[in-house]
Amino acid sequence: MAKKVLLIEDEPNIIEAISFILSRDGWQVDTHSNGHDATEVVREKMPDVLILDVMLPGRSGYDILRDLRSGGGTETLPILMLTARGQNKDREMAEKYGANRFMTKPFANSEVLEAVRNLVGV
Amino acid sequence: MARDTLTGSRIRERRVMAGMKQSDLARFAGISPSYLNLIEHNRRRIGGKLLVAISHVLKVEPSLLTQGAEATLIATLREAAQDRGRGEDGSAGPPPPETALLEEFAGRFPGWAWLLADSQRRMDALERTVESLTDRMTHDPHLAASLHEMLSTVTAIRSTAAILAEPGEIEPEWRDRFHRNLNEDSRRLADSSQALVRYLETVDDVSADLGSPQEEVDAFLDSHGWNFATLEEGGSIDDVLKDSDLGPVSLYLLEQVLSRYAEDAAALPMSRLIDALNEVGPDPLALSLRVRVDPARVMRRLAALPASAGAGWFGLAACDASGTLIFRKALKDFPLPRYGAACALWPLFTALSRPNVVLTQELEQTGRDPAHFRAYAVAQPVGTPQLNRDPMLVAHMLLVPQEAADVADDPLRVGVSCRICPRTECEGRREPSILAESF
Repeated sequence: MAKKVLLIEDEPNIIEAISFILSRDGWQVDTHSNGHDATEVVREKMPDVLILDVMLPGRSGYDILRDLRSGGGTETLPILMLTARGQNKDREMAEKYGANRFMTKPFANSEVLEAVRNLVGV
Repeated sequence: MARDTLTGSRIRERRVMAGMKQSDLARFAGISPSYLNLIEHNRRRIGGKLLVAISHVLKVEPSLLTQGAEATLIATLREAAQDRGRGEDGSAGPPPPETALLEEFAGRFPGWAWLLADSQRRMDALERTVESLTDRMTHDPHLAASLHEMLSTVTAIRSTAAILAEPGEIEPEWRDRFHRNLNEDSRRLADSSQALVRYLETVDDVSADLGSPQEEVDAFLDSHGWNFATLEEGGSIDDVLKDSDLGPVSLYLLEQVLSRYAEDAAALPMSRLIDALNEVGPDPLALSLRVRVDPARVMRRLAALPASAGAGWFGLAACDASGTLIFRKALKDFPLPRYGAACALWPLFTALSRPNVVLTQELEQTGRDPAHFRAYAVAQPVGTPQLNRDPMLVAHMLLVPQEAADVADDPLRVGVSCRICPRTECEGRREPSILAESF
């Protein structure tokens, strides 16, 4: 059975490209594009890996990450954070709140694919 | 000492060193011996062609005869040597500059010395510019939002182009879709990059814009958490100012702010404000009626609440009658523009047309991550009343963060300033946004 990835990102063409490369690699990809109800969507879908953008409409990815780590069965969910800001403090914040990986835009497709595979040990 | 005060003395020194009579030097330079005598005793200023002529006769560079210029050159070379020293990490590398021979170097090879000094000055200027731009990227919401927009578009283009460039076939439907996305994103990138360049071109002098007195004052207030225990306890503003390291203009502005702070603290002690706040909440009008202090002062006191009080964290903007922001305590999700004018829809500006009326409005900050606030605004006269003269008004706007669940259905959608506002239909728009048409 295919492993599930949930991609939370608000840029439609990034969603399309990442969905394509992950689907082609055999992943079942779900997407979501706003931060308002992202925490609930993650808990409902319970993916094997979550790819989470930092700058989302409605709610910051960091706030969502913090919520997910606080309980609800998502405390150990492998999470890859994506951000357009590559400053040290952003990386530190992602680590502090419990992200497993942190990736700065623009990234290569192969990097995303490799990161997702590594997060579930494929 | 003035730049060329001792030039005459140095001419005399060089002439004596060369074993030349004063009358000979005067003749070769085309001036009278008595005039050269006045010059050598620093009673006549010298420069231009005559300085060049004398230096030519004495076989020295004109700059060597100019005390100020030489001192500046030596000082700059010394700075360059120190910078070089700071960069060393102890590993074997190029030998350190021979600082003991610095003056001899400048004297024997003035051309190279000036070239080195000039390079050092340019390097310093470039470093300052880099620092300014780094600071601008960190704090300027215009740039941050614009760069985020561009990076997201670049990411989409890179991912899509990589898929299309890979060997092997892609289903025609996907291929067409990616081509369409690529076209769409490249147009978007072109638009946003042109807008960004236009924006940067309007900033003539980055370094002059950054570190302005108002910003220095804001930074000082922010570093103190917008609260001064010394003034709360009736202390002197001098006790606060002694910790500052500000220029004269910033100091003047800070004195104004702190004097008003001290008056506010005396009129409405923090303990009394917190008691009233617990009873009636953060509505400045209700608080004003409760503590019998005018609403603007109540707003300023709310903005001065220490984080440790746990009574809330409020933003505050104040403007004068021209609409210029004169006080800016921003909130994380409600930045106040550092450059240019603010959003014309803010109740802060509406209040200027309705003096002494406390206005309130729910606001939604437009953007990728809309945040909600309850704003209270009031414009009040300042200064003493004068016969047949309208009072000068200053408006204050208090920002109280709100949970999304508590917001009414139709809050007023506002921005920070037109440049970074994505709203396309807005009667208050003064100029195009540097962002794409919408998020």
